Amino acid sequence: MKAKTADRIAIAVIVAIACLIMAVLAALLGYLLFRGVSHISLHFLTSEPETIKTGGGIGPPLFNSIFLLVLTMIITVPLGLGAGIYMSEYARANRVTDFIRLVIEVLSSFPSIVVGLFGLLVFVQFFHLKYSLISGALALTVFNLPLMVRITEQAIRGVPREQKEAGLALGLSHWKTIRSVMLPMGFPNIMTGTILAAGRVFGEAAALLFTAGMSSPRLNFSDWNPTHLSSPLNPFRPAETLAVHIWKINSEGLAPDAPEIAAGASAVLIIIVLLFNFGARWLGRAIYRKFTATK
Amino acid sequence: MSETAFYTKDLSVFYGEKQAIKKISMDFAAREVIALIGPSGCGKSTFLRSLNRMNDLIAGVRIEGEIWIGGRNINHPGTDVVRLRQNIGMVWQRANPFHKSIYENIVFGPRYHGIRDKRKLDEIVERCLRKTALWDEVKDRLNGSALALSGGQQQRLCIARSLAVQPSILLMDEPASALDPVSTAKIEELIAELKKEYCIVIVTHNMYQAARVSDRTGFFLMGDLVEYDNTQKIFTNPSNRSTDDYISGRFG
Repeated sequence: MKAKTADRIAIAVIVAIACLIMAVLAALLGYLLFRGVSHISLHFLTSEPETIKTGGGIGPPLFNSIFLLVLTMIITVPLGLGAGIYMSEYARANRVTDFIRLVIEVLSSFPSIVVGLFGLLVFVQFFHLKYSLISGALALTVFNLPLMVRITEQAIRGVPREQKEAGLALGLSHWKTIRSVMLPMGFPNIMTGTILAAGRVFGEAAALLFTAGMSSPRLNFSDWNPTHLSSPLNPFRPAETLAVHIWKINSEGLAPDAPEIAAGASAVLIIIVLLFNFGARWLGRAIYRKFTATK
Repeated sequence: MSETAFYTKDLSVFYGEKQAIKKISMDFAAREVIALIGPSGCGKSTFLRSLNRMNDLIAGVRIEGEIWIGGRNINHPGTDVVRLRQNIGMVWQRANPFHKSIYENIVFGPRYHGIRDKRKLDEIVERCLRKTALWDEVKDRLNGSALALSGGQQQRLCIARSLAVQPSILLMDEPASALDPVSTAKIEELIAELKKEYCIVIVTHNMYQAARVSDRTGFFLMGDLVEYDNTQKIFTNPSNRSTDDYISGRFG
């Protein structure tokens, strides 16, 4: 009787906590979308920001955010995959490995503003990359790499040992077994983790203030030659991302409609992150099904 | 007894300081089924997994002694383990098909070893599935997922998969202990059939199974090979007291 009551109370508490979390999320999303969605229009999404007039848009910052995300992931994913595979499959359990793991832990708990300052000193100044997308992408890589390594390591470790042994017993090399047996099985987890990492990139502002910069040059969206300064695809130009733009207009915006622009931009940011999450989850499952021939 | 497929000489396995296998010398003939029996923790699975160097994967394991296959001691550090394993198929207690289609499960090994011709691969698939009596059951859904098969079918698919790289030795670690009686019977029939071509070493907890399928039986106890003889002799007239006790169910 008593055990049953305790059980009921425990379940009630857990359900209440779960509901609370969902309520907070729903309230936050609802508030942001309610305030922002009405401001979103094609014009808003594609036009240039205005400094003192009303009617400014978020076209370039939005593009910058997406481009920066792509750049960062191009650098982060191969490095993270490689390091994660090394840590899970090749690294021997010794002091060096323990030390690497400690470094990864410490790195992943770094405040992003500190990563930004590090980026300023190393990429912007020491390597003369100036305020640029590439500086931003490298700083975000520092910020994201630990997460990516851990995700990959755990995904690979999560593959049942018999699967690995089955590959090896067929006379496959270790690398072939990793590539063709273990990676496909860990793929959904790696995908989910990569999305989480990507979401952090998309929403990050602090680490970008001193690396990618707080302004963009006038972009010419008809010039796609990456070597031109005004080309949107030039990775060596400064770029203000959407999250940085929100921070900037909220703190020092002079346009009369700055609050509405901030609200609209926030809604766009949230919607994109959500889309990204659901889309990639779906993609992860679809690719897993293709790999595994499961219906 | 026909020609020897392989043999071990003073094979010992250590987990850290603990000696799990104590200087075991055993010979295995071609076209013979050898059952390894003994209570849990006696080292029979450890011994089996040493034969294709699968224990190399486990940190802290040290293997001493010799394993001779085809005139070479494969426990030598210079051995090409990858090539070696191609010659020794392995089947686990839990069926572990790759999360791929039935067809892909079988061609996975041969394709890696250089066979690209689609016709040849198709032949291999049919041959291996026929050998494991699966062909008629799955020939219409070769591109379906291997995971959709029943447990017994999955286990036979795993055997078919290991046959596809043309080994001469098959190691089976309790291949039927997770299966129902009907599937178990099928696996046992299969072992009897495969014996015509392969040397099969099978670890089993099921004494009846050992008696039914094997030609010779080795009884392991606490890392020692207590007795190794013709199955019939082991089960009717064992020379060792503890073998007798184990077989008649007085312990274990």
